[in-house]
Amino acid sequence: MRATRGAARTFIPAVALGALICVLPALRGGAGTPWITVALLTGLYLACELPGRCPFFGSSVPIRAGSFFPLLLAAAFLLPPAAAALVAVPGSLVGRVEQPPFTARRVWRAAQLALTVWAASSVHGLFGGTATLGGPGLLPDLPYAILPACAAALAFSLVLTALDGAILVTAERLPLRRAWSGLLPRSLGPHLVHGLAGLMMAVLWRGPYGPLSALIVLLPMYISCWVFAQYHREHAAHRATIRALVQAVDIKDTYTRGHSERVGRASVLIARELGMGQDRLEVVRFAGILHDVGKLGVPTRVLRKDGPLTPEERQVIELHPEYGHEIVRGIGFLGEARAAILHHHERLDGSGYPYGLSGREIPEFARVVAVADAFDAMTSTRSYRRGRPVPAALEELKRCAGTQFDPQMVRALVRGLERHGWSAVTAAGTADEPGFPRPRGEHAEAGAPRRSGGLDHVPPPQSPVPAPQSPADRRG
Amino acid sequence: MTRTRARAGVWTGSGARTRLPSAVLTVRAAAALLAAAGLGHTLWTGIHDPGHALAFGVLITVGELARWGALPGEREPAPLGAAGALAYALLGRSGGESTHHGVLQVVAVLVAAHLVACVPHVARGTGPAPDQVARRVLTVTFAAVCFQPLYNSSRNASWSGEGPYYVLLLLAILVLTALCDAVLAALLLRSRTRHPYPPLLRDELRGLLGIGSAVCATGVVMALGVAVAGLWALPVLCVPLLLTHVSFRRFVAVRTTYRQTIASLARSTEIAGYTPHGHARRVAVLCRAVGRELGLSGNRLTVLEHAALMHDIGQLSLVDPVQDGATATLPAAEQRRIALLGGAVVRQTGVDPEVAVVVERQADPYREQPLSARIVRAVNAYDDLCGESLIGPLGALEQLRLGTAHDFSPEVVESLARVLARGGPAPVLPG
Repeated sequence: MRATRGAARTFIPAVALGALICVLPALRGGAGTPWITVALLTGLYLACELPGRCPFFGSSVPIRAGSFFPLLLAAAFLLPPAAAALVAVPGSLVGRVEQPPFTARRVWRAAQLALTVWAASSVHGLFGGTATLGGPGLLPDLPYAILPACAAALAFSLVLTALDGAILVTAERLPLRRAWSGLLPRSLGPHLVHGLAGLMMAVLWRGPYGPLSALIVLLPMYISCWVFAQYHREHAAHRATIRALVQAVDIKDTYTRGHSERVGRASVLIARELGMGQDRLEVVRFAGILHDVGKLGVPTRVLRKDGPLTPEERQVIELHPEYGHEIVRGIGFLGEARAAILHHHERLDGSGYPYGLSGREIPEFARVVAVADAFDAMTSTRSYRRGRPVPAALEELKRCAGTQFDPQMVRALVRGLERHGWSAVTAAGTADEPGFPRPRGEHAEAGAPRRSGGLDHVPPPQSPVPAPQSPADRRG
Repeated sequence: MTRTRARAGVWTGSGARTRLPSAVLTVRAAAALLAAAGLGHTLWTGIHDPGHALAFGVLITVGELARWGALPGEREPAPLGAAGALAYALLGRSGGESTHHGVLQVVAVLVAAHLVACVPHVARGTGPAPDQVARRVLTVTFAAVCFQPLYNSSRNASWSGEGPYYVLLLLAILVLTALCDAVLAALLLRSRTRHPYPPLLRDELRGLLGIGSAVCATGVVMALGVAVAGLWALPVLCVPLLLTHVSFRRFVAVRTTYRQTIASLARSTEIAGYTPHGHARRVAVLCRAVGRELGLSGNRLTVLEHAALMHDIGQLSLVDPVQDGATATLPAAEQRRIALLGGAVVRQTGVDPEVAVVVERQADPYREQPLSARIVRAVNAYDDLCGESLIGPLGALEQLRLGTAHDFSPEVVESLARVLARGGPAPVLPG
């Protein structure tokens, strides 16, 4: 959302107006708003959101939307709807915003949270939740109190994701189905947990030990969010390291730049046609990306040689699957991909290397990667020849199916290409998760390899892969 | 300052070596004694509030069972068990009624729950580490001893019975308990690894900020929640802590694969024939030991280790390998050029940018280097020189000492000598 778009320009004020209508009854005289509780909760929420603004903490405090939902839900349980909606407003107005336009995002978030909290509080009231929380001289009605709390958390989740999807549609022009896909299932679980924490906060708030005891409930939740953010950072760094392995090959073998990424993509294309699950798709992608990592072990002089190779040099190059297996064998999560790296030059008739396996002895992933590898090698343009057109390459693959390639994999590739097409443009990073749009500007032109000038060519420094963005991050 | 710290480390090291087994033995014996006293007393006098004892016992047992999927790097593999035990130690009332269990019953319930929980572990042949159980028993007893007599004696007094003071009292007790636990954990770790004590304690205290504080906070909230709302508060409160636990486990898992990937990247220079076999790993282990000896801890130690693993990666950009991969014997200008190439590669890997800085500056004169780069430089040179058959380890060390005027930092070389004199780096332990 670089600039507020037309539809959003009317949508955001409309939601803000709705939020205002929700909040107004609390401000009217005689409404009986418990101002002390409102002030305490509002101040607390404000204090929680402020560290995200402070430049001193920088990015080390990953305050993001969602860290303090238990507080908002506790407010929804403790207060009447209008007053509860009021609690969310100041905090979200000052909270951290990642991207411009800042004002529009702040207003949107305040309006969205006010509406959401109002809905949650109303549902809680409908189930008679207020009386279950206990009070001075009154024990909380605990097993029953969970029901209104969960209903309120459900309402919270529904309204929040509905509004999230709506802003994605109006401001980011995402198609309807993409905007909402997976949003609710992803957020429902966390919101229910936040609901339980909010319930305990509310019970303790009303209990004999007062608001201070309620505050302590927030600490585990906050730590959980912090750890989660750490996890994402580490995950991104891990992907970047995998990419560095690939780039290390690119440093040595300048003919085949971009080849690894495309083979990874083609392998996923084939594996998806074979009906593999999401986990195995991820692994097969890594198998494709890393299949040539063993070229790190081949002397650079041999890899970069112009002209025909001598038999000795060919032998040295044929060692690369074993080198590759040696490099990645310590990486536990690669699993089946390690076998694929070792066996991706086996042929179905048993005349391949390194072990001369044949038929079904060759691991499934290796057969997938072999087809993907050959397909990309034929279609991509190298400095010494032009790439063949896709239909010609498929003809060639079909011709070799049965002797060199597994016909099942070739058929899957043909089907996959019919369904999704093939473009030589590939993403530069390994951060493209299926289902998430790629960050803009990450598309790199492949198929235009250059010979590096100097002997020790150093690639230009690049920023690490950005963490995969979830729709929640782009909220605002 | 670093020098004095290192010297203090050596002093405690030599002094503690004789009484090390006794430290562990003392801790275990104390825990066993407490367990026996608790169980015996409870069997003799019977159980007060059996419902609560049972509920908390089940909670601790379930929490301890979670140790099953524990990964090696986890600081607190059973947070729910820990929080439940602390909550039981700090429980003064339930649903508005006073409870009457004493310190010894707390110990008895804890030990019984641990015994039940370790049955499946023993059946699988992976019994829980006795040190961890001993630590848990001592820590929880400490909390109970602080709280129960105080609470029971002042039950009718107004100063702490109700209101926010009570919360503050619980928090203060838990802070003390956490400190006690950190001291104990560092002591046990030190007795096994013989690393200097202060950095270990610093590591443990830093660990408290993570899952440790979540455990403590949940312990307090459980005690308070049960006091207000009765036993139903327990399941409601378990859920957020479980979430924390799951996030932590995922975090540890991804950190493990990340380390594996970095190690693989580091090994690629060996497979490419640029460096001798096992070089990167040896340098990393030795660097970590020297870093600990010099008082590094936490994140700085991780940066040092990653930098040590990848210090030779710049050689991938060379068309022809250096003779034996030993950069230490190259001319200084050539060394610095390779270091800069390495820094450029490391910058792409997405690790902490500090790692790239260390790799880049590993070949500078030591007065211009940060401490981590000094360590990497000295240890790398040591490993390179050891590889030359004629000199051997002592000769290599001698060469380093001769180079302390310009190339190698004297204090790093001395602590390297101390680490080697102790028989090389201690086995790598999680934490």
